[in-house]
Amino acid sequence: MTLKLFTLLLQAAISTVAISLISIAVGFAIAILISAAMISKKPIYVFPARLFVSFFRGVPLLVQLLLIYTLLPVIGLNVPSIVAAIVGMSLCTAAYQAENLRGGFESVPRGLIEAAEVTGLNPRQTFFRIRVPIALRLTFPALINEAIMILKSSSLVSVVGIIELTKMAQDLASSTYLPIPIFATAGLIYLVINSAVALIGRFAERSLGGAST
Amino acid sequence: MIFNPAIILEKLPEIGSGLFVTLILWVVGIAGGVAAGFLVATTRRFGGRVINIGLGALVEVLRGTPFLIQVFLLYYGGPFVGLMLDPIPCGLIALTVYAAAYYSEIFRAGYAAVPPGHVEAAECLGLSRWQAIRRIQVPEMALIVLPPAVNLAVILLKESAVLSIITVPELTATVSAIGSQQYAFLEAIFVLAVIYWAIVEATGRLGRLAENRLSRLRIANA
Repeated sequence: MTLKLFTLLLQAAISTVAISLISIAVGFAIAILISAAMISKKPIYVFPARLFVSFFRGVPLLVQLLLIYTLLPVIGLNVPSIVAAIVGMSLCTAAYQAENLRGGFESVPRGLIEAAEVTGLNPRQTFFRIRVPIALRLTFPALINEAIMILKSSSLVSVVGIIELTKMAQDLASSTYLPIPIFATAGLIYLVINSAVALIGRFAERSLGGAST
Repeated sequence: MIFNPAIILEKLPEIGSGLFVTLILWVVGIAGGVAAGFLVATTRRFGGRVINIGLGALVEVLRGTPFLIQVFLLYYGGPFVGLMLDPIPCGLIALTVYAAAYYSEIFRAGYAAVPPGHVEAAECLGLSRWQAIRRIQVPEMALIVLPPAVNLAVILLKESAVLSIITVPELTATVSAIGSQQYAFLEAIFVLAVIYWAIVEATGRLGRLAENRLSRLRIANA
């Protein structure tokens, strides 16, 4: 395990972090829409949203990635494989985040929503100014967990040929015949990133004034 | 292009054998993971400080690294330390160890959720430590542990697809190979997704059913 190998792994780790961050952010935006549809009580919104969540939570991410990777060119979207990977990861994490957010929305106290309505806020204002911020605070710990899950799951995009930490480790391991030190180091880098995310999460949770308030 | 999943369904016997391997990996992984996880959680709780910290660190490493990296380490690294494993046993070991780490955390939370007063009461009544664990703690834990345990079982089924990468002939590997042979890759992956989806949905329903049964049983006994 030389310094050169270690530097290569660290560079690849930057891709891992970037891919994960983009997927979580895009997934979050989709998740807000999906969870809003799920709590809307209108079957025309609720049913497709439920179907989406059930499908993306019920199928292995690897299979989803393969599906999107083959589907996009067939429907005429010739995008680079990195885009396909990010689309796949975003949709997957959107389903999990939507389910978390739905739980958050449902635990927003009724009285607060009524108060907002009485104060004269229209439904959209009530949704974006009252329900969303409270639901976000309630679901923040779950969001951090999801971020860690996605960081780990991002190792699967190596299968569609994207050079991130796992793919780099795989390539280096086969070219140097040093699988043990290389995979162990890659694992350690994942562990450090995930611990950092967990730590930041705990810190942010405390400065949000606790998730339960 | 014509989308025709029937091409894939013609290969039913092969799909069946892939499904069989996946189900074996899954069931053995869960059984081994539950047993080892319970052992780890129990040892951590009653085995003293040093053991608790040591096992805790191991669990954190297994939970903090991607399953794929663990699989690669075992499959490609194993031969360097004299551990030559075929894909299936390698996958089985990796899945079981991964499962054990997560199940041990579920059992740890389960132990923590049983009120200490119940255990103290059992000990006051003259039950031995082992009896108190077996007759008081474990039954009380069962209900708390069931929902996350079923949830984890679903996650393990999905993780088992990762084993296709080290050429374990399970469902994902088999069906995508059929897709390549038949020049119908999209159809193959579609069929694959539907099969996993069906198993996951069925497992979720079964879990909720068991939960209802168990909670009714508990209320009846109380």
